[in-house]
Amino acid sequence: MAILSKKDQRLILDPLADDNPITIQVLGICSALAITAQLKASIVMAVSVLFVLGVGNVVISLMRNIIPSKIRIIVQLIVVATLVIVVDQTLKAFAYELSKELSVFVGLIITNCIIMGRFEAFALGNGPYRSFLDGIGNALGYGVILIAVGFFRELLGSGTLLGFKVLGDPIEKTGLYAFGYENNGFMLLSPMALIVVGLIIWVQRSKNPALVEEN
Amino acid sequence: MLEHIELFFKSIFIDNMVFATFLGMCSYLAVSKKVSTAVGLGAAVIFVLAVTVPINWLLDQYILRDGALAWLGPEYAEYDLSFLSFILFIATIATMVQLVEIVVEKFSPSLYNSLGIFLPLIAVNCAILGGSLFMQSRDIQTLGLAFNYGISSGIGWFLAILAIAAIREKIRYSNVPPPLRGLGITFIITGLMAIGFMSFGGMLTGGDEEEGVASPTTESAQTLEENENNQPVAMIDAEIANEKEN
Repeated sequence: MAILSKKDQRLILDPLADDNPITIQVLGICSALAITAQLKASIVMAVSVLFVLGVGNVVISLMRNIIPSKIRIIVQLIVVATLVIVVDQTLKAFAYELSKELSVFVGLIITNCIIMGRFEAFALGNGPYRSFLDGIGNALGYGVILIAVGFFRELLGSGTLLGFKVLGDPIEKTGLYAFGYENNGFMLLSPMALIVVGLIIWVQRSKNPALVEEN
Repeated sequence: MLEHIELFFKSIFIDNMVFATFLGMCSYLAVSKKVSTAVGLGAAVIFVLAVTVPINWLLDQYILRDGALAWLGPEYAEYDLSFLSFILFIATIATMVQLVEIVVEKFSPSLYNSLGIFLPLIAVNCAILGGSLFMQSRDIQTLGLAFNYGISSGIGWFLAILAIAAIREKIRYSNVPPPLRGLGITFIITGLMAIGFMSFGGMLTGGDEEEGVASPTTESAQTLEENENNQPVAMIDAEIANEKEN
């Protein structure tokens, strides 16, 4: 990390833990919950957001002095929408099955609050290089939670990771299943995503009491 | 008429925006500390959805979808502009939100002040864009149905935020473990509510697919326990299929 100054390092490292966009800033939750039943979808979503937020932050930061503040939301939305169209069309071209699975949630990156939040809070007031780092940092913080949730839901829900059977075969009763383990189908249902994120928040805040909220 | 009623109840209870598809969670979590602001935001969301979904339906029908430009002349019938839908939809929504902002500021300054930053942020509420995208992907047939879909999914969102705001006002008096306070417990409560709402799933099928699973709301707490302990595999599969379809 010697290439980055101390200040720049914090831009990337803070959102990973103590200023995480999902668990602390409460942004970008919708997609974090809806597509995490499988690890693969979570990773694709995290990468898409990384691209949109990284590039979008740079573009907005370059334009920050010429955007009239009254219409900035519309300008920001147009920038994001353009980038999301690129992601969407790329997915449709190279991973059609996956894009079917993600359905409208790729489009909903446009309204992912992390992106608008970072544009408003950071890119409008900082230079392109720092904005880029900030975008990458926040997208990584988002991706970490997404991948963690996807990991637990896929592992406990269907006993696989990225489609590989890591816990053995549920039908032939090998691996863990030989000892009477059953897949917890409940983990695949959407409400469990909320509860898993709730538990992650619980763990994170009990490790760092400074983050505990007032009632 | 029947399909209108069906769509109405389906979008409020079964496909509830918050509990089934997790749309609009950011403002749902951020504005649900007090019932009064929650009601204000909920009403604004109903209004914006009811206006934008039909407008976007028209755009989709006559400009965007494959072959929609046929009304311009036969040489345009080949065009498929559907990749532009994100931009056009979001432009409609941003305009409408601006309009709502002006109207609210004029007629109810107190509501305007209490909503603060969240009013312009309706434009980036995923429930609104999600409404239009679901309208597109579910192939809603007529303008009337699109209007119905917009308004009823708005009502579903309104009910959800109202319920969580009421619960959060009460939970202030209970002894929650400190790390769970605030955000954590809200997540878990929402998860439990979502499980409760899943029992609405059998409402419109008349129980023929999932017989015996659909139960009235009064027993939702009981169903919840049943679900956790010995949920029939068929029901889980049906639910997953449902989710995928959406």
